[in-house]
Amino acid sequence: MEIDPFIFRLSIFILSIFVGYYVVWSVTPSLHTPLMSVTNAISSVIIVGAIIAALAGSSENIFETSNIFGFLAIILAAVNIFGGFLVTQRMLQMYKKKKK
Amino acid sequence: MSANLSALFYLISGILFILALRGLSSPETSRQGNYFGIAGMAISIIVTFLSVGNLGTGFVYVLIFLLIGGSIGAFIAFRIPMTAMPELVAGFHSLVGLAAVFVAIAAFLKPEAFNLGTLGNIKLASLIEMSLGAAIGAITFSGSIIAFLKLRGIMSGSPITFKGQHFVNLILGISILFLIFYLCKSQSSNFFWTLVILSFLVGVLLIIPIGGADMPVVISMLNSYSGWAAAGIGFTLENTALIITGALVGSSGAILSYIMCKGMNRSFFNVILGGWGATDQTSKSGDKEQKPVKSGNADDAAFLMKNASSVIIVPGYGMAVAQAQHALREMVDALKKNGVKVSYAIHPVAGRMPGHMNVLLAEANVPYDEVFELEEINNDFANCDVAYVIGANDVTNPVAKSDPQSPIYGMPVLDVEKSKSVLFLKRSLSPGYAGIDNDLFYRDNTLMLFADAKKMTEEIVKSL
Repeated sequence: MEIDPFIFRLSIFILSIFVGYYVVWSVTPSLHTPLMSVTNAISSVIIVGAIIAALAGSSENIFETSNIFGFLAIILAAVNIFGGFLVTQRMLQMYKKKKK
Repeated sequence: MSANLSALFYLISGILFILALRGLSSPETSRQGNYFGIAGMAISIIVTFLSVGNLGTGFVYVLIFLLIGGSIGAFIAFRIPMTAMPELVAGFHSLVGLAAVFVAIAAFLKPEAFNLGTLGNIKLASLIEMSLGAAIGAITFSGSIIAFLKLRGIMSGSPITFKGQHFVNLILGISILFLIFYLCKSQSSNFFWTLVILSFLVGVLLIIPIGGADMPVVISMLNSYSGWAAAGIGFTLENTALIITGALVGSSGAILSYIMCKGMNRSFFNVILGGWGATDQTSKSGDKEQKPVKSGNADDAAFLMKNASSVIIVPGYGMAVAQAQHALREMVDALKKNGVKVSYAIHPVAGRMPGHMNVLLAEANVPYDEVFELEEINNDFANCDVAYVIGANDVTNPVAKSDPQSPIYGMPVLDVEKSKSVLFLKRSLSPGYAGIDNDLFYRDNTLMLFADAKKMTEEIVKSL
């Protein structure tokens, strides 16, 4: 019997939770705020779904309801991607060692 | 681009995202980590364009909307003051949540675009996945909006509770499960829309009873939710990058919530089901106000610190409110010129989000190797001459160690009272968030400095 592809995705999901668990525990507490902003930025990879939704259907009728939801989601996710990565970058630039 | 090839590229994105988080294990590698994250995101977006392949007029609109969103994001990122970081993160979480809801709606309305079947005949597994994604996304959205309003001060930070609140939440939770069940049975869009609306309501009800100082837990929890929402959508879209990211973000937020709860010695459910602020601790403070308190001025503080050999600074939320981090840094510079050894002690729940104080100190150019966590520095208070408490309160209260009746009993606190003298910067003797009197105010070795944190620190700089 063939294995349902869902099982593979579930495996990836569960293993990623474990990876996340160990990686996040190794994050130094002083960088917990950048951790939040960067996780926020990467979770906006949901834009992938938004792009598919926006481009779905025929090219004559690109503003059907489902496309509009796709476009709106693109704007929201894009705010997050740019805002999230840039603000993380801004914060990380400030962490400096003692000048010797 | 073939489906197999794009799946491999999504896997690469996922790995780059893991490396982005891995970089945060030290400040030196963190900036590189951020570039990994950006690269992962770019790969995902480009691969999606190539695999959709439909690069006509729609594509132009996608680019336009991408640029609009991107410019808004960049504008916010450059303009936002560091003290406003907690509300910014809460605001960003709400966007991820809403985006998840929108993608789920689009997938529900046009399942054929995502290979999920046809409208009214969506695959069962996909339907479950997308309703979970939509529900968690909606809770994340409305919950984060409330958190944002509370942090921003537009809404009062005090807990809003009403009778039967937990019961209402329970009923709503159960109805959501029933709606998913009936949605799967009938494929009717009515169930889907009701599900989304009820989830928005749950998000609001979940966050309004939680008070201001519990916000570190709330933000971390919403961070986690936004991850699970993304993962739900990832399963729907059969997209590895989204599944990996969702799992990473979900566990990251969960770990941060755990660390924050531990920092307050409270269980996660205790925080979620309503804050300390709801308990009435104010009644017994009546007799305590009679106790004598020593108060001093900037000159006294400057004299004490100048003649000390080591000073430990304990910042808290009050420092963020007063924007005193730059003045503080000047004070420390002046002290160092006098040969005083200075370090900073950060309690895990100081401020309104995990790592809040560290970012503010970094902004004021405090080197990160002078800043220590509670476990690292707590033993040093015994050998230190002056502890300078600026805007912190409950996290220094010795009552947490001595009085089993106290609501904060058992919470890990900074042992500031062990230092030779304590300078406690505060506007008044009012109790902190937990509503309990701080024993420290009345100790013989404590000198209260009643003033705005920034003004007082500036005055101390002058008299140094």
